Amino acid sequence: MKYLPIKNNQTIPLSTIPELEYRLFLELNVFTLMKSTATHCVNYFGFHCDGKIKLICCMANDESNDINLSACIVNANDTLPSFSQHKLAFEKFEREIHENFGLQYTGHPWLKPVRYPANRFNKNTTVADYPFFSIDSEELHEVGVGPIHAGIIEPGHFRFICNGEQMLHLETQLGYQHRGIEQLFLEKKKLLQRITLAENIAGDTVAGHTVAFVNAWESLCNFQPGGNLKLARTLALELERIAVHTSDLGGMCTDIGYQLGNAVFGRLRTPVINFFQKWGGNRLAKGLIRAGKTNFPFTEKLSSELTQMLDEYEKDFEEIASELFTLPSVLARFEKTGVVTNAVATSIGAVGMAARMCGIKRDIRSSHPHDLYAGLKHEPVIKQSGDVYARARLRKKEINQSIGYVRQLIQVLPEDESDLSEMAPPSRNAFTLALVEGWRGEICHCAITDAMGELMLYKIKDPSFHNWLAVAMAVRNNEISDFPITNKSFDLSYCGHDL
Amino acid sequence: MLANLKILKHQGKQYIPDITTAKVPGIFRGRPIISKEAVDEQALVDLCPTNAITANPVCIDLGKCTFCGECAHAFPEKITFTTDYKIATNQRQNLVVQEGETALIELNAALIKKEIQQYFSGSLKLRQVCAGGDNSCELELNACSNVNFDMGRFGIDFVASPRHADGIVITGPITQNMAGPLQICYDAVPEPKIIILAGIDAISGGIFEGSPAINRGFLSKYTIDLYVPGNPIHPLTFINGVLDLIKQRK
Repeated sequence: MKYLPIKNNQTIPLSTIPELEYRLFLELNVFTLMKSTATHCVNYFGFHCDGKIKLICCMANDESNDINLSACIVNANDTLPSFSQHKLAFEKFEREIHENFGLQYTGHPWLKPVRYPANRFNKNTTVADYPFFSIDSEELHEVGVGPIHAGIIEPGHFRFICNGEQMLHLETQLGYQHRGIEQLFLEKKKLLQRITLAENIAGDTVAGHTVAFVNAWESLCNFQPGGNLKLARTLALELERIAVHTSDLGGMCTDIGYQLGNAVFGRLRTPVINFFQKWGGNRLAKGLIRAGKTNFPFTEKLSSELTQMLDEYEKDFEEIASELFTLPSVLARFEKTGVVTNAVATSIGAVGMAARMCGIKRDIRSSHPHDLYAGLKHEPVIKQSGDVYARARLRKKEINQSIGYVRQLIQVLPEDESDLSEMAPPSRNAFTLALVEGWRGEICHCAITDAMGELMLYKIKDPSFHNWLAVAMAVRNNEISDFPITNKSFDLSYCGHDL
Repeated sequence: MLANLKILKHQGKQYIPDITTAKVPGIFRGRPIISKEAVDEQALVDLCPTNAITANPVCIDLGKCTFCGECAHAFPEKITFTTDYKIATNQRQNLVVQEGETALIELNAALIKKEIQQYFSGSLKLRQVCAGGDNSCELELNACSNVNFDMGRFGIDFVASPRHADGIVITGPITQNMAGPLQICYDAVPEPKIIILAGIDAISGGIFEGSPAINRGFLSKYTIDLYVPGNPIHPLTFINGVLDLIKQRK
């Protein structure tokens, strides 16, 4: 059975991805490749191709550092046996394909809408009439929350089925944030417009998504970034991780009513994002990362400011963190709340923090390193308990690790080698895949060009696409009052999911 | 308890004493200044990712500008961004900065509804509605209430229910899928009420302008009380803009 292994950020001719008959395509991706537990699906999508639908499945092997590609051409009116009946991790990918192209699947648990995109196959469906799961029982009641929530956060609807205070079931309905980004990538032809789009996929993951875009684009254009560009990108990713993990610890303190923790973590984030402003003029790093160049070189002066900022940060961070993790009232709320077991996380294909909190070693920085990660020899932080406590501890440990990496990276700045070589136009009839470990987890961008070298497909996958199901599984049988802290402990993206 | 007090003491005073005169650190891109220098205006117009720049005379529309700074990088003799973060206004055309102009961006006092300062000068409760916002303006709106910016000291807070609110703050380009919930939320706010647009996505659609997945019909129905530009907005821009809106000018 044929498939094509590629590396992260490798561009290949689209025609070299082996096209299989659907039966073999299913067998390859669901059984053969997934025999190894180190394999998981990083992207699976379709696109129109000569009146038919071409499906491409991208399976990453975390041990061999490969991404194994295979393709299959099907008719839009086909009814196909689903991957999901064998491996649940494909469930949302198949829902998306069904929503976009109308393909029918047998054996799929429920082909529900994913995000009600503007170009969906069935325009009769609307966000207002989502088919929720419900149970008829006099003992049970339903609680609906959202799309607009109590705080300043993004919209999404949560529907709980409760027995008294206990949540038996949670269903998350998304799509409210859909802005048509993937389509805009094709319509906006200027490179700067596309970078701006990448910066706006998820405003809390500007570095993550923009690095994924520029890595994919530079690969398509056969451009080798120099040491300066790689340093800036790696630094931006790690600083973004420090900033968001810090504010998430603050948010978790809010949700358990620990006011001091919220205040201190909240203010500790400020110098980190203010450093982004000193460096690139924007607190959330918009404008900082560019394909083939940088407008804001990382200088010796910035380096010493960063060192000083981290020294001051670390002292206060350790003080509040050690208090947080010893307060009995905090531990009582964190421990054994919102548990996702290793088996559940594996079956749904969880990525990033949601995988590492329950014993799954999954981290693009070590398995498919890009930019300067290979030199850092990253060892992922792994926790076992899968509860809110594990997610909080994971953040604390990852902040420590990231501070270490930042210090290591800026010890010796690369020579100014003027990364000014011109970028070639994008390769024609090509396929590129870029993986980046954002602070939430694995981001995957795929690009396909046509015979003129124009983008004909831009496919974005935020880690939240996998992990929303983990939240639903985590809250089962918990009290409904534990939902906010559980949800915050994952802190998933709505706009990254809805695109 | 003692440990907590110790932490409090170590933190010291974190708040910004005077919000109206605070300096932003580093190279913040705020109100631009456009010189009279002759440049290839077409190249300048073509450069902008969000069509914020128009030629003859050269103008930048801060309601569309994503503040990426590419224009200032490519034409440093023509465009410079100052660190002036006071760029909120209640009049849409005040956001258009023209070449040779160095005036501050201010509110038009004549356009402020009479009841706003009458009712809200001491207390303003806002309901935030994210309608396709990318969570960057939302993070900065949250930051407005943190211990550094401490917007609560002016009686300005975000509340959970539209029934408790005096107005709404919209972020995002307003997606088709959020158009309905936004209307329901606005209708639930008691009169008199205000509308604030935070961020360029809300003001103009930003980079999402023209997408079939957005629906900006809501905005054509009402008067907008405050435009707060930025991508994302800076907390100081937001707080100063709201203060100018609700406080009597001396």
